[in-house]
Amino acid sequence: MSVKKITIEPVTRVEGHGKVTILLDESGQVSQARLHIVEFRGFERFIQGRPYWEVPVLVQRLCGICPVSHHLAAAKAMDGIVGVDQLTPTAEKIRRLMHYGQMFQSHALHFFHLVSPDLLFGFDADPTERNVIGVARKFPDLAVQGVMMRKYGQEIIKATAGKKIHGTGAVPGGVNKNLSSAERDEFLKEIDQMLAWCRGSLKIAKDYTLEHIDELADFGSFDSNHVSLVREDGAMDLYHGNLRAITKDGDNIFDQVDYQDYFKYIAEEVKSWSYMKFPFISELGPENGWYRVGPLARINTCDFIDTPEAEAARKDFLSVTDGKPNNITMAYHWARMIELLHSGEKIRELLNDSDLQGDDLMAKGERRGESVGLIEAPRGTLFHHYKVDENDQVTMANLIVSTTNNNTPMNRAVEGVARKYLSGAEITEGLLNRVEVAIRAYDPCLSCATHAMGRMPLVVELENAAGQRIDRRVRD
Amino acid sequence: MSDSITITIDGKEIEARPEQTILEAADAAGVYIPRLCSHPDLKPIGSCRVCVVLCDGRPQAACVKPVMDGMVIENETPAILQHRKNIIDMMFVEGNHFCMFCEKSGSCELQALAYRFGITAPQYPFQFPEKEIDASHPDVMLDHNRCVMCARCVRASQELDGKNVFQSIGRGFERKIGVNGERALGDTEMEATDRAAELCPVGCVVKKRVGFATPIGRRDYDAAPIGSNIEGERS
Repeated sequence: MSVKKITIEPVTRVEGHGKVTILLDESGQVSQARLHIVEFRGFERFIQGRPYWEVPVLVQRLCGICPVSHHLAAAKAMDGIVGVDQLTPTAEKIRRLMHYGQMFQSHALHFFHLVSPDLLFGFDADPTERNVIGVARKFPDLAVQGVMMRKYGQEIIKATAGKKIHGTGAVPGGVNKNLSSAERDEFLKEIDQMLAWCRGSLKIAKDYTLEHIDELADFGSFDSNHVSLVREDGAMDLYHGNLRAITKDGDNIFDQVDYQDYFKYIAEEVKSWSYMKFPFISELGPENGWYRVGPLARINTCDFIDTPEAEAARKDFLSVTDGKPNNITMAYHWARMIELLHSGEKIRELLNDSDLQGDDLMAKGERRGESVGLIEAPRGTLFHHYKVDENDQVTMANLIVSTTNNNTPMNRAVEGVARKYLSGAEITEGLLNRVEVAIRAYDPCLSCATHAMGRMPLVVELENAAGQRIDRRVRD
Repeated sequence: MSDSITITIDGKEIEARPEQTILEAADAAGVYIPRLCSHPDLKPIGSCRVCVVLCDGRPQAACVKPVMDGMVIENETPAILQHRKNIIDMMFVEGNHFCMFCEKSGSCELQALAYRFGITAPQYPFQFPEKEIDASHPDVMLDHNRCVMCARCVRASQELDGKNVFQSIGRGFERKIGVNGERALGDTEMEATDRAAELCPVGCVVKKRVGFATPIGRRDYDAAPIGSNIEGERS
């Protein structure tokens, strides 16, 4: 018997599009699974020659889902280019508010619109029901909450960046507007309702995870390293901090690394079958150095969360694993809802800070030629690295986007699911569903990750050892 | 000779002074005739053709044509409006106008005209010409991708700054703005305080490091379409 390959294309309910190939060995067992990202955009190349002040606005066009993250990561890098290491209090807080608004709307969108059908109806429910319309029919209150929470986050983005999508608020060295007291008052009116809904969604995610813990512990799960930014005191900080990497058991691989030096600690590998790069921790090498980022990694790496309700939720989360890092892929959803609550708490804290109405928006410094900006985007750590020449033109750009960091983990998750649920050489509906569920846990944004353009559906293909396709299933 | 003459624009009688151009008379009367190369501080050259009107039945650039008593002008006929849309459309496809990351977006006269004329996508094929960025000057940048050859920078430098930093060079599709320096803008006597650095209607000649300092909502055309200020004076 020859080696076979299964392909799933397109993967649905993720941002962007991907294809999965499952390779079978000669005995018909899964030998490898690959999540292919077959789109290419080339932002890193065509940004060359553009003036640096354009970059935060230009590069966010990578994505319409979390442009704020790219906008802010690029702005942070450009702060370095204009020699600003410390923003004014108003500028920093406006940017943080923008970022928490982004985190809030993105996590709400993912949980309510993309994931809740799987959790509420089960993986094997009829696909015609297991979608956001089905949720709206059967759980109308939840569907409305999802829409309203997303809107709340988007309105915060608009108030701070100028537009809900692709704004211009963050500029090198600061911001171009503050938050008026009228805008603030509008947001304060709704914040208590938002926090109540955050608590509700956290409960759904937690209850689901605990009720299915035995199944989920073996569902595309695996031990891994985890990477995120943490504040100097070890607190979770989604906007700014230093890099920390931990092992599956929680031991530090590196800690409090200034992200300007990220390239000394993180390397990238390229594989022929995907446009998405494979980053890894340099000292551990590509085989052992891959890591996870995003909500699960952030809850695992931080020492505490500096908002009370999210901190209580974090302790609750870690009690499942006796305080050790949680390596269950599907626990991403619970972790994401802890972050949703944290973002809501942070928004409330910021709205009550009068610095947001300050007029001191810009800081100045000595021009530099190279700078790195990192931020914890909804999907994980986002790296922006630029070099700018004496004429103010970009000469080099390197982006490691959140989903790229999770490249190997997503492949592992698919492989784990395939090993468990593939029977014979046929792609069943059950397998297709579970592969997608595992990928979706990471909330991948494939268009960002490859800087990709256009629309690509998910296909799963099964291929034999000779490279011949023996089964194929397409979902448009 | 009387100080005042009468012309008609789209059937409306307008008082004008003999030394005025059609554009000036229309502006004073609160009638907006779209324009791109014309600027009140510069001598008109009638090069962009956006302000073309029918003057006693013949096409004329309103920015250079003097008024005459009894002149009958058609400004908003379907044919004239289509002609203007075509010209604006050609300017988009002959350059590389990426509004989504252009710092002039929201205050760009070309973009504002496109919005006013309801142009959402070009009817002509994009040419994607190879264009250069001249960032050699410490304070002013020249992005040829966005040039519409209005020559405002050329005239501003000569007429208002008393310099001769810019010149139109080449012919036809190859025509572009050149600089009177050994190699690039950095070699000229251009200064950031020059009017030539201010009057570009698009994002071609821009002052460096200004970028997106003006927030969305406070840019020139965020609140009202281009021409509204002129039309607002009608009452």
